[in-house]
Amino acid sequence: MSSIKKLSGFYILSLLGILLGVFFADNYFVSVVGVIVGFHIILAVSLNLLMGYSGQISLGHAAFFGLGAYISAIVPDKFNINPWIGILTAMIIVGLLAYIISKPILKLKGHYLAMATLGFGVIVYIFLVQTVSLTGGPDGMGDIATLYIGSYAIDSDVKWYFVVLFFALLVVWLSLNLINSRAGRAMRAVAGSEYAAEMMGVDTSQTKTKVFVISAVFCAGAGGLFAFQQGFLSPDSFSFFFSIELVTMVVLGGMASTYGAIFGAIILTLLPEFLVVFEDYEMLIFGGILIFMMIFMPKGLFVTLADKINSK
Amino acid sequence: MTEQLLQFLITGITVGSIYALVGLGFAIIYNSSDVINFSQGEFVMIGAISVVSFISLGVPLIFAIILSIIITTAIGFSLYQFAIKPARGATVVASIIITIGVSIFLRGIALLIWGKDFYAMEPFSGAEPLRFYGATILPQNIWIIATTILLVIGVLLFFKKTIYGKAMVACSCDKKAALLMGINVKKMLLLSYGLSASLGALAGVLIVPITFASYDAGIMLGLKGFSSAILGGIGNPLGAVLGGLVLGILESLGAGFISSGYKDAIAFIIILLVLFVRPQGLLGQSHTQRV
Repeated sequence: MSSIKKLSGFYILSLLGILLGVFFADNYFVSVVGVIVGFHIILAVSLNLLMGYSGQISLGHAAFFGLGAYISAIVPDKFNINPWIGILTAMIIVGLLAYIISKPILKLKGHYLAMATLGFGVIVYIFLVQTVSLTGGPDGMGDIATLYIGSYAIDSDVKWYFVVLFFALLVVWLSLNLINSRAGRAMRAVAGSEYAAEMMGVDTSQTKTKVFVISAVFCAGAGGLFAFQQGFLSPDSFSFFFSIELVTMVVLGGMASTYGAIFGAIILTLLPEFLVVFEDYEMLIFGGILIFMMIFMPKGLFVTLADKINSK
Repeated sequence: MTEQLLQFLITGITVGSIYALVGLGFAIIYNSSDVINFSQGEFVMIGAISVVSFISLGVPLIFAIILSIIITTAIGFSLYQFAIKPARGATVVASIIITIGVSIFLRGIALLIWGKDFYAMEPFSGAEPLRFYGATILPQNIWIIATTILLVIGVLLFFKKTIYGKAMVACSCDKKAALLMGINVKKMLLLSYGLSASLGALAGVLIVPITFASYDAGIMLGLKGFSSAILGGIGNPLGAVLGGLVLGILESLGAGFISSGYKDAIAFIIILLVLFVRPQGLLGQSHTQRV
């Protein structure tokens, strides 16, 4: 398969994203919801690297996103440095943190890993609420500076749309390339059977550590952008339930499919916009989706549909 | 100082008893079906809130307790029947996702029925504190600790002495062999989900007089119960009970001597440390896995 064909979905996606931004710049669904869709795509694609391709489950990914957001906002404020360096710092710190915890965590399998990441998520949330002097605690943290590219301020919804679109596409592109590389094949081997992968000479724990760290760093970067885009942070954006939302996106679209994760992120971000009653039934719907998909469509909606179309 | 310590110990053992009951529920389901039921905490929440609602409807305490246990047990049965059984052969990750889904689903239902209010209840027998070497014990603490002891003994005897209990142990050892011995494995699995749900409901009923219950109370209790089960060595009922008590005491000491704001964080940091240092738990034995 030529590389153009392999990435054709990616080019269609990029074109669609750009066209929407150019022609419907004033549309609420593009400039406001579209930005959130972009963030969710970055997060779901990153989580999918871990969940789908290497068969590990994380119930604490909101924590990496949240840490990224808070560190990116706090560091430039305290040390008076460029916000981009703040985001970079956040990605490095979260990467290191993920590396340190991944060593013991990834030795654990299945239930234990789910529990450990869940516990990590809860701890981070508690710290965000409790360290009032740094994070503003439950009241949140406002007055986050404007982000500049050179001397060009990103100060409108449409500008943010294109910035987030760029980074979302970058993450998608990296993810598509990663899974088709040697490292990606090693990851998929680990997901298939850890023992078999080990027999074939794959260093399973190193592979898992790498994926975990990459996934966390992407989330931290998304968090950094999120902080400057929102201008205000509150711990509630990074709670346990948000981790579950991310898992639902991946599960709905289809584990082990980057496009599936994108699909899931788009659907689950748009759904609340169209269903007015959504808020009351939010948990019911997410819970229902998780149960239904796992029992009847474990490959996910996108992958199942794509398979159907391809087999015709 | 010693009085303070004693007070923290009493609180710890009380809370630890509840964790022990939840942990016991985890162990029973894990033993029978290799599934970690992430919705165990929701059983506790439903037990707790439904008993309060029945009492506010004028139902006498004892009947309210029985009704709430019946309701929760029915939910436990349906969890197996409609979510676990249809997904037979699911991978570990899939089964985690299913039970997480059930937990969010039940929380959503609770939110619709009971809203975001906090529910509280009068203690079973008065709130007059008793003095005990300078520390205070509430009658409800005694209710909790005594009921937990009775329940744990009951459950252990059930597994050792009764035909159903023995059949369930047989299923957890080897399902095929159990089937060949004429044991109805599906029925035993169903039973274990019911048993686990009723234990959860009882834990909820016991704890609601000393704390508030709301639709999202299940998550923390579930996590702590799961932590207890892991701390003691997953799949070991006695280990789960021991783990619950240890966790309750450590948490109460941590809240008392370090900071109550970080109480839950302390519990999880301990768990993470245990997971890293001794993943098989306090009473568990490390074993090699067959490929």
